[in-house]
Amino acid sequence: MFDQQQREAGAALWRRPWLRAVATLSPPLLWFLVIYLASLVALLITAFFQVDSLTGNIVYQWTGSNFSQLFTQSVYATIIWRTILMAVLVTVTDVIIALPFAFFLAKVASPRTRQWFIALTLLPLWASYLAKVYAWINILSDKGVLPDIERTLGLPVTHLAYSTVAMWLVFSYLWLPFMIMPVYGAFERVPDSLLEASADLGARPWYTLRRVLWPLVFPGVVAGSIFTFSLTLGDFITPLLIGGSNANFIGNAIYDSALNGGNLPFAAALAFVSIAIMAVYLVVARFFGAFEAL
Amino acid sequence: MNYQLLTRRVVVASAMALMAVTTLPAVTLSAGAALGTPPTQGDGTLSSIGKGEGSLNLIAWEGYAQPQWVKPFTQQTGCQVNVKYAGSSSEMVSLMNHGGGHQYDLVSASGDADLRLIYGGDVRPVNMKLVPATKNFHPFLQAPSFNTINGVHYGVSYEFGPNVLLYSKTAYPKAPTSWSVIYNKANKGKVTIPNNPIQIADAALYLSKTTPSLGITDPYELTQTQFNAAVALLKAEHPLIKKYWDLASQEISLFQNGTTTVGAAWPYQTNTLVAAGAKVADTIPSEGATGWADSWLLATNAPHPNCAYKWMNYVSTPLVQAQEALYFGETPANTQACAFMNKLQKGGCAAYHANAPESYFATIKFWKTPLPTCDNGQNNCVNFTQWQQAWTQIVG
Repeated sequence: MFDQQQREAGAALWRRPWLRAVATLSPPLLWFLVIYLASLVALLITAFFQVDSLTGNIVYQWTGSNFSQLFTQSVYATIIWRTILMAVLVTVTDVIIALPFAFFLAKVASPRTRQWFIALTLLPLWASYLAKVYAWINILSDKGVLPDIERTLGLPVTHLAYSTVAMWLVFSYLWLPFMIMPVYGAFERVPDSLLEASADLGARPWYTLRRVLWPLVFPGVVAGSIFTFSLTLGDFITPLLIGGSNANFIGNAIYDSALNGGNLPFAAALAFVSIAIMAVYLVVARFFGAFEAL
Repeated sequence: MNYQLLTRRVVVASAMALMAVTTLPAVTLSAGAALGTPPTQGDGTLSSIGKGEGSLNLIAWEGYAQPQWVKPFTQQTGCQVNVKYAGSSSEMVSLMNHGGGHQYDLVSASGDADLRLIYGGDVRPVNMKLVPATKNFHPFLQAPSFNTINGVHYGVSYEFGPNVLLYSKTAYPKAPTSWSVIYNKANKGKVTIPNNPIQIADAALYLSKTTPSLGITDPYELTQTQFNAAVALLKAEHPLIKKYWDLASQEISLFQNGTTTVGAAWPYQTNTLVAAGAKVADTIPSEGATGWADSWLLATNAPHPNCAYKWMNYVSTPLVQAQEALYFGETPANTQACAFMNKLQKGGCAAYHANAPESYFATIKFWKTPLPTCDNGQNNCVNFTQWQQAWTQIVG
């Protein structure tokens, strides 16, 4: 009896391929629409509400005051530019480190060495984010490892902990694997024969690098930059823990207004800014073919 | 800790206390008139404490739920204690606003958060008959205006204390006598203060003594001119700040590493640092100090009301009050805690002012919510939203 029903259901699915597609796709699609998109829309709608200044309860009346505050108060321009600048700086730093390293992995290292280095590159990703940031505090703080070494060597002692330089170092360290992996992938996809052909036609190594390798690897660099840029843009823990007195990033402003200020609508308006910046970045990245390299 | 300086000032402060007492009803009235009735005023209370629900969820300051008194509580009542630590009063308010009312039972809020929670409907009336130990509280903490509105209690007072000046003994062999050290350009990069809008009151308190022409009488009730002066002082201080700390533990590591040498702190940081062997001390400078008076407030939708009442009872008893006072470095509300403090630590009672006269209360400018309705009867004071916005500008 039960078998019979199952068989009929199976036949019905077989006869109507669209039914099969709907059945398999609807759970993930529902998940995407309800959990992901709907919550995002709710967030954006919240940006047009306000809170009662005393009690912190949300007042459900449409207002653009969050955005006008965002664009008229100069402090938010400072915070937004500081965040973008740091994200760009970290991205550039990671590109400079990742390019030669990924080239070495893909084209020079033996398969055995390559495996080891890839494992070592990915290893830090398994460690807790907080543990890594606290490790850096221990390295950079005045009684930490770095000043100790400097004192032993008789060098001038640096005071890097709780500064913008510290944030730049930690961010570049944290997101480096996210840059190395796509760049390595891009290098690996370049056939060796192209490099040989270029050499056979009389191109010097530097010329081959610039005219053959770089255009082929560039989409990989842009793909990696999406990670390093967006991760820096949204982070608030590193500035909180190791930043100095100029460590207010968009993420911290969101954290402050949502958690300390109890002002979710304003936090939502700030989140709008991050989303807008990332949207522009993704459009540009798509133009450079980053999505084919992912 | 150098509290002697303060004790000497007690005599002078007695006069101020008298002034404070006479003006207090006026403050309550004007605030009440502008704010109306708390939404939960009519809500019923428990008439007796029943069987515990087996668990209790707290929002508390760091150091307010230490195993030494939480463990015996769980053994006695069977209520398992879960704690969410908050770093500022505003964080407590927003935790309670956003679903906190259904999740948490009690919050150890300070005076600057209480009115926001009460008028936000986040907390509900408490039946004080079920917390008999409160009879032994200091009179000024039995029904203070920050947790009791129209004679209805919304929580049980707990402990109070001053915000102190923490300094490295290596950098300052003699204790600084003025808050000016944290505004002094010579200390560039050596200063840390809390990342908290209420810090504007500290600047206002300093200005009330150093620039009398501004006419600041209450650091939480500032006219626009007075407010602007305090904000300008804090903006000028920005280049000196190494870090605006968000958590007590951050300031502890800043001093442990020797990164900063002076800053605004709670006695808790000093106690923790001294216990860890750091060469630091704290003091209340001549301008006086701001401070906190905390209460345990009961969430409107507390899921474990019986355990919550058991906790309010437990933490009001002299022994727990004494343990908390010594651990955090503050003054207990229960006057009988004095003897227990001396038993736990020689001279502990006097060190934390548990036996000080009522007038001591007036020497500390306790945190309260800045309201537009101020004492001068002109309703021209700067409200808390403006404090928050100005703070964002200061921290940049």
